[in-house]
Amino acid sequence: MTGSFGAGPLPPSADVVVIGGGVVGCAIARELSRFDLSVVLIERSPDVATGTSKANSGILHAGFDAEPGTWKARLNVRGAALYAELAEGLGIPRKATGALVVAKDATQMETVAELRHRGIDNGVAGLEIWNRDQVVAHEPNISPDVAGALWAPSGAVVCPFLATVGFAENAIRNGAHIVTECAVIGLDVADRQIVAVRTTRGRLATRFVVNAAGLHSGEVARLAGDDSFTITPRRGEYILFDRSVGQLVNTVLFPTPDKVSKGILVSPTVHGNVFIGPDAIDIDDPDDKETTAGGLAGIIAGARRIVPALPLGTAITEFAGLRAAAGKDFVIGPSLAARGLVHAAGIQSPGLTSAPAIGEVIVEMLQDVGLRLKRKAGFVPVNPEKPRFHEVDRMTQAELVATDPLFGRVICRCETITEAEIVAAIQSPCGARTVDGVKRRVRAGAGRCQGGFCGPRVTAILARELGIPVTAVRKDSADSWLFLSRAELEAGEGAHA
Amino acid sequence: MREFSYDVAIIGGGPAGLAAALAAREAGAERVLILERDRELGGILQQCIHNGFGLRRFEEELTGPGYAHRYIDLVKATDIDVWLDTTVLAAEPGGVITSVSPHAGLTVVRAKSVVYAMGCRERTRGAIRTPGSRPAGVFTAGAAQRMVNMEGYLPGREVVIVGSGDIGLIMARRMTFEGAKVKAVFEIMPHSNGLTRNIVQCLEDFGIPLYLGHSVTAIHGKDRVSGVTVSKVNDKLEVIEGTAFDVDCDCVLLSVGLIPENELGRAAGLGLDPITGGARVDQFRQTSIPGFFAAGNVLHVHDLVDWVSEEAAIAGRSAARHARGELVASGRQRSVTAGEGLRTVVPQCLSAFEPGKMSVRFYFRAAKPMGASLLQFWADGALAFERKLRVVKPSEMIVADIPVRKIGDAATLEFRVLPAPEKIDAEDEIEEEA
Repeated sequence: MTGSFGAGPLPPSADVVVIGGGVVGCAIARELSRFDLSVVLIERSPDVATGTSKANSGILHAGFDAEPGTWKARLNVRGAALYAELAEGLGIPRKATGALVVAKDATQMETVAELRHRGIDNGVAGLEIWNRDQVVAHEPNISPDVAGALWAPSGAVVCPFLATVGFAENAIRNGAHIVTECAVIGLDVADRQIVAVRTTRGRLATRFVVNAAGLHSGEVARLAGDDSFTITPRRGEYILFDRSVGQLVNTVLFPTPDKVSKGILVSPTVHGNVFIGPDAIDIDDPDDKETTAGGLAGIIAGARRIVPALPLGTAITEFAGLRAAAGKDFVIGPSLAARGLVHAAGIQSPGLTSAPAIGEVIVEMLQDVGLRLKRKAGFVPVNPEKPRFHEVDRMTQAELVATDPLFGRVICRCETITEAEIVAAIQSPCGARTVDGVKRRVRAGAGRCQGGFCGPRVTAILARELGIPVTAVRKDSADSWLFLSRAELEAGEGAHA
Repeated sequence: MREFSYDVAIIGGGPAGLAAALAAREAGAERVLILERDRELGGILQQCIHNGFGLRRFEEELTGPGYAHRYIDLVKATDIDVWLDTTVLAAEPGGVITSVSPHAGLTVVRAKSVVYAMGCRERTRGAIRTPGSRPAGVFTAGAAQRMVNMEGYLPGREVVIVGSGDIGLIMARRMTFEGAKVKAVFEIMPHSNGLTRNIVQCLEDFGIPLYLGHSVTAIHGKDRVSGVTVSKVNDKLEVIEGTAFDVDCDCVLLSVGLIPENELGRAAGLGLDPITGGARVDQFRQTSIPGFFAAGNVLHVHDLVDWVSEEAAIAGRSAARHARGELVASGRQRSVTAGEGLRTVVPQCLSAFEPGKMSVRFYFRAAKPMGASLLQFWADGALAFERKLRVVKPSEMIVADIPVRKIGDAATLEFRVLPAPEKIDAEDEIEEEA
């Protein structure tokens, strides 16, 4: 039985409520959808993957960084293995690029040697120490003062949006309901047991709640009287370069890490672009995603230490993402303040990598606190394949246009995305509702012109497919309207006043 | 996949493609095809509903659609084939063009000559690295122009325009007409990148302030734009501390430059000029790929559509000659460079002259604004020709005809612009070629 997606009515009750439609919440919902349960995921934005999941490095970490014994260490390695297994079936683009941790001198060579041992302890396979020649042969554009590196063949890159959407869509196909534009305003606790979630769309009775609210997970915990952790938003800025310079690096290049973060990296993306970033600045406002001149200058300087000849002229966009940091490790486990509440919080790096493994662990924990699990007959583990016109050969392209003429109309010139793909992205079970939602699913507007050409056309297609006026089409968040009618402008009022 | 054969195939049905097609047909190409990705011909002219087009070409003031329709009507009166709603996926050396459309599917065209006429795209916020958040309400001026003029929707109520390119200036006036408040235009350079007539008619006539030497250093807003921060910059374009101020607005329009859209050429290994962003061409507008020609904004960004039409006619005629086997890839060994005072020159190289050719027309962009100036032509290091210019502006193309006898057999050609020793009252007129 298929679930639902969108800003529709909230059901009156559910067996489990997941708060937060990031990659973690969606992976948890998908894992829960294996069982005979009613699952409702609530998300305050119009789409999934609009917080930390939309602005991160898109890297599947090998798992050598985390201290052995931590959640991070355990879940990273398991998560990376799960992506290798699941990505294709769920429609998650993943590329096994490998990763290098670049050392510049003897001290850093010692550090990468320690990382290798730590990785072995964590169960990471294939780690090798490379000398200068090996590194240069693999990465011709690397800084000439490189001394050597740690090679991690299991490092990979992934599309973080389609990871989230892939989990969400599969959860929906297996009966989960995702209710968007629905913010949590309270958690009802009776006799130290969760009994309901109160939202901007009404009350939802439930005895099991998963807190996957990302940057807001500390606030959600406090709604149940749990102040065991606080979230510090840690901002990271990025610069993304055009695909025309995609050959700049072949693999994920990390500097030798310091204590705060993994440092500024230079990395390919799964779609053939290159990015640099992120820095790591603790801030107060969990919604402040501004990039800064100083931050961008800092990541440029940092990236140049790895790849000196950066093609700055081919930058196509800059963005900032916020990590939800709560101390050194993830906060995963049942709340001591309210039975039935389980946290999947403080999920900073390697959170994207760990997400499917977090899903498995959270389901076990829910069972431990009393959720009865019965495997569902007819669980469908995969999503139907969505053809990508620009990725298939000419004969297949011709066949696609023969089945659906809209494959013959290219809407996004930069990425060669057709109208059929955009319509499919909107009409799919976890369909796009916003212009950015289309961009994240099929990359229309993600190229070098950043939607300058296709933006108005995507807006028109969204209006047509959703049956809404152009003035109701949004960029991303609930209030991010794009266009006014002449009448609205004249009235100085109206929907967007 | 169906296959077709043409003498000349033109990629793009905007002003360059239309003029190239007509010229190719008039020059005797039997089978001419225009491939256009939009659902109508005319390109970006169709959204330019303001006046000011065609003063040179038609000696009257037309709107963009008016100018386009002069050419569209001429094309329709011929047997030139036009494929609309058709996107070219690849154009490979040898003239094999793969295209796709909803009605005809995937199609292969074999053409003896190909003309690139894909136009240009707008530079984005990402390219100029403006910090801040990424709310709704930030548009390139051209995208906003399309929404307002063709779809009838407005991008905001209170507008700040970043950059003083012509589209931004035109949109300042358009948004004012529509009832929006245009707060200001901020230009990082000490001079405008737009035509003088647009500054007067689009800003000054409406009291819209133009701040030169000012940079928008941040865009603010969570869901929708709430304002921008602006600072003065010094002559190195660095922000001057302590000069920052905020401007409230709900919309930011960017007019920060245009980039030739050469992705098809790049995929085919086309030799590019790093300054223009377009192909390196000879006087026939032939590119480094034999049989491939380029014209219009895909070659270099023009100020006036009239020049686009003229240049495209050269490319179209040359493409027709090439299709007949008359124009062989003949040299390109003589290089033309933009020297002191100039940023770009087109063509960038010369092939052997046609018999009876009297002069070659060159198009330049100046590096910086200057008063009375001399345009100099140096052949093999010797001054061979000089022309007076009353005033020089980077926003306005300089056009000069150099007599073939002055070029002679020179292997290296260089142009320079220098301050004139005295005030110049009248410019030397350029002569129209028959």
